Amino acid sequence: MADKLHFSLVSPTREVFSGEVDHVVAPGTDGEFGVLAHHAPFMTTLKTGLVRVLEGDVVQMKLFVRGGFADVTPAGLTILAEEAVNLSDLKIETIGVQIDAVRQKLLAEGPDSPHRGALQEDVDYLEALRDAVSA
Amino acid sequence: MASLKELKNRIGSVKSTQKITKAKQMVAAAKLRRAQEAADAAKPYARRMANVVANLTSAMGEGASGPKLLSGSGSDQTHLLVIMTAERGLCGGFNANTAKRARLTIEALQADGKTVKIITVGKKGREALKSDYASLFVDHVDLSEAKDKYTPFAIGLGKDLSARFEAGEFDVATLIFSEFKNVMTQAPTALQLIPAEAPADADTVDLNGSIYLYEPGEAEILEDLLPRYLNTLVLSAMLENAAGEQAASMTAMDNATRNAGELIDSLTLKYNRARQAQITKELIEIISGAEAL
Repeated sequence: MADKLHFSLVSPTREVFSGEVDHVVAPGTDGEFGVLAHHAPFMTTLKTGLVRVLEGDVVQMKLFVRGGFADVTPAGLTILAEEAVNLSDLKIETIGVQIDAVRQKLLAEGPDSPHRGALQEDVDYLEALRDAVSA
Repeated sequence: MASLKELKNRIGSVKSTQKITKAKQMVAAAKLRRAQEAADAAKPYARRMANVVANLTSAMGEGASGPKLLSGSGSDQTHLLVIMTAERGLCGGFNANTAKRARLTIEALQADGKTVKIITVGKKGREALKSDYASLFVDHVDLSEAKDKYTPFAIGLGKDLSARFEAGEFDVATLIFSEFKNVMTQAPTALQLIPAEAPADADTVDLNGSIYLYEPGEAEILEDLLPRYLNTLVLSAMLENAAGEQAASMTAMDNATRNAGELIDSLTLKYNRARQAQITKELIEIISGAEAL
């Protein structure tokens, strides 16, 4: 088998994943991209979406990230995500509850509230997350 | 000489104080462990973020007109100080040291004829500086509801800073917080936030002659990255501050417990002496009474 790629995914609160993998597919703002070992140095911003870790052709792990950066150096791939969760840790029901909670907050805010934008972003993120889990 | 009864009461009261300080010390020790773990967990992200910023800025090259957050507003007339302290006292010199550091900075800036604005984070620093600098306060961040979840507060403050900078409210922002060196030492530190400075100790990556590819472009990435870098700096400062507060509180309460112990020993000695003196006195009275017969 070919060389392994060192991949680490860190969020502000913790290191979500770090290890040797074959192949990582990540959602760049200009389109999804795959990284294998010996990729050229490359940096891009990420949009909210799914990061897939592959061994051979098999998806080993799915991680959902909320914005951030990918940085490919000779040392490996580093993804700095603002929020990141492993999809296998999630249950669709709990996300539903969270969506409802944020929606309630959104309704409670006035139409001119400065928090509206942030709350709407939260709702969008959680809905995208729910779709990713149910897919 | 205090009476026996008084001494006994004092010993009792010191003992209950000691129990409280002992309990506070243990609570602080438990909280310290959690706060330290949180601070350590945040380190990989902050370090990598710093590396990315360092790489990007070195790739941009000197003199390039990067985003304003990096290059500054071209002036350094108005300074914004973000002064970060704890919400609670009973942690020794922790808040006082940070406040002292803040005072020195404010005085130095004012002596240079700069305009100073202050955002305080944490109640204690605000209280300490209120008497002299209340007119400079522009905002306050209340962390009493944070309950160990600092991320939303850090992002909020970071965004607020970016917005104020965009609005031209200040030229230079400096964060004053307590750096958590270890459990015994917390050093008040000033860290320049805006214009952002790439950390000197970041490891720049050796690309073996190949060229970095940027998507969409360097400028766009930097534009997106810097506000996040700012948030990250604020968050790690908050986490270090929280760990430092607990460490300082633990040390202070440990000292208090020991002092109370010493006080109890010396009071007990006094009490025993007084008791013995009274017994001796009574004996002498009885003996001299018997001899007189």
